[in-house]
Amino acid sequence: MIQQVDNPVLEIHDLTVSYNNKPVLWGIDMTIPRGALVGIVGPNGAGKSTLIKSVMGLVPMGSGYVELFGEPLKKIRNQVSYVPQRGTVDWDFPASVRDVVVMGRYGKLGLFKRPRKADYEAADRAIRQVGMENFASRQISQLSGGQQQRVFLARALAQQADIYFLDEPFAGVDAATEKAIIALLRKMTEEQKTVIVVHHDLQSVETYFNWVILLNTRLVASGPTEKVFNHDLLQETYGGKLTLLSEVSNLLKRGSFPNREV
Amino acid sequence: MDQLYQFLSFSDPNVRYVVVGTILLAVSSALVGSFTFLKKKALVGDAVAHAVLPGVCLAFLLSGNKNPVFLIIGAFITGWISLVIIDQITANSRIKEDTAIGLILSVFFGVGILLLTYIQHSGNAAQSGLDTFLFGKAAAMVQQDVIVFSSVSIALILLVLIFFKELMLIAFDEDYAVSIGYPVRRLELVLTTLTVMAVVVGIQAVGVVLMAAMLITPAAAARFWTDNLKIMLLLAAIFGMFSGVVGAYVSYVAPAMPTGPWIVMIISMIAMASFFIAPKKGIFFKMWHQYRIRRMILEENILKVFCHLGEKDEDYFKPRSREEIIAQRELRHSKLNFGLLRLNQQGYLRKKGNVFILTQDGKNKGLRIIKLHRLWELYLTKYLRIAPDHVHDDAETIEHIITPDIERKLEELLEYPEMDPHQSKIPY
Repeated sequence: MIQQVDNPVLEIHDLTVSYNNKPVLWGIDMTIPRGALVGIVGPNGAGKSTLIKSVMGLVPMGSGYVELFGEPLKKIRNQVSYVPQRGTVDWDFPASVRDVVVMGRYGKLGLFKRPRKADYEAADRAIRQVGMENFASRQISQLSGGQQQRVFLARALAQQADIYFLDEPFAGVDAATEKAIIALLRKMTEEQKTVIVVHHDLQSVETYFNWVILLNTRLVASGPTEKVFNHDLLQETYGGKLTLLSEVSNLLKRGSFPNREV
Repeated sequence: MDQLYQFLSFSDPNVRYVVVGTILLAVSSALVGSFTFLKKKALVGDAVAHAVLPGVCLAFLLSGNKNPVFLIIGAFITGWISLVIIDQITANSRIKEDTAIGLILSVFFGVGILLLTYIQHSGNAAQSGLDTFLFGKAAAMVQQDVIVFSSVSIALILLVLIFFKELMLIAFDEDYAVSIGYPVRRLELVLTTLTVMAVVVGIQAVGVVLMAAMLITPAAAARFWTDNLKIMLLLAAIFGMFSGVVGAYVSYVAPAMPTGPWIVMIISMIAMASFFIAPKKGIFFKMWHQYRIRRMILEENILKVFCHLGEKDEDYFKPRSREEIIAQRELRHSKLNFGLLRLNQQGYLRKKGNVFILTQDGKNKGLRIIKLHRLWELYLTKYLRIAPDHVHDDAETIEHIITPDIERKLEELLEYPEMDPHQSKIPY
């Protein structure tokens, strides 16, 4: 069940991504409508993070292309915001909450320009939006997991983008933070922003998201939650990898084969 | 003393050059090194430092003189090649970065030593002094050297300031930098180039063997004192500068002494001192903090004993002897005396000859701890379903750390209970 939409904000066309010749995403083809709150769901190693990383240009695509608002990423980068997994950075870095959030303005600023007053004000507004105003000058090393995640979200908000990609924003955060984040994401989608979230917890999928992507190396389903999030499709997603597909993947890896003829 | 005065007065123009040169090189390598340090690439600096030696020797062999411009170019080329090879090995083989660094460092340094030995036995008169590149000799710098090295240093300092925002971003979160479209590959190339240049300007004064310390140690020392990147850079620069000046002085008064080891020793001593005495992160601070916690626990425990005894006798203000206290709770005499003395000073106890009497404030404080202890026991049995006979030890610790805010929440959650799980009354 892969539902395509007209005038998508995100179009992924025939995307294949490999690590060391082994495909981790295979022939992904889908479209996402504007204003959707999207959950990417699938088992460990399904390629959920890889999917948004390849959209953001962080991992090279083996084949296919990605368009946002009908344009390649390079042209509309300022409209796109990415929240990496919390664990990918060293939180012992000498910086304050404000220092990190103002990084959200770097894209607009460009190289060699110092953040201006307006940038700091935008950062402070973003910090208020995530409820961290009492921690603005706090060192990031002193934050709890939930607070760290809020800081990352605030940095993305300071970018004032139109589409947001979040990699596991609910991993290892407290219940209050999870609630606050999802409320904020909902508000953003009401303002016609599109939010795409890599998500782990199947229990909350139905209440959180109005669009679901089921992924396990290949795309199992993409569509409105009520149409896609059902027993059969989940069974297909979590019921193990397709054995034949895995075998061919391993062949490619062992033989150092390119996955497209060049 | 005279020598120190002469040195500090800068009357000798040669001293002036050497000091200014050493300061600039120390500051520039401390600034560049701070970012290498934050990017966790400390070992890379060491590899470059060793890899510039063959370049210096080759430049000398080809040019036949010790013109610093040629030496810098030679050093830069081999230093850079070494980094490219390390990158390539890491990216394209199963060998991990640490192994690649080890391999490249030793190969390049080995070739360097080989060339150096060859030059020394070649009978070339101009070669004398080339061996100072191993361990450095600040005083051997002539005006021309100082001008060249200092210009490069100033350029490095300016570049770090210009690229501050970008370097901070790629040191903290590279993926995010890519996602907002920053040319991360090129920025890393800039940092690599800065690292190589910082090493190159230091080879005359510090020497290739120890140059890595000038990159990393100031940053490591400064990190102990602050959580603010700008202040950290400033401190690293000051630490580097100080050790540079001392090194130059040593080189001036004891010409036979290699400068590098001295500079490195000073900066290492600063780093060691920071490790111990820095506020918050230093070992002494942590020990002091632990001591204060233990002291607080001791005092609160003694007050608790007074209150427990008072509870039993239904008289909180009865004078108590040391023996009575120890009978209630096992305590070493020295510790007990220390605790009693402090509680007396703080106004929680009154000393009367050989016995002690609780004051009203002491009673309030002691009863609060007892209350927290019992509330926590109740919380554990109720919410964590822990057996009542297993909760005491936990409560013994937690009672000392509960804040008034948590105290209020606990009371509300448990709805001001009358009794704890062992049917003791909870005092409010």
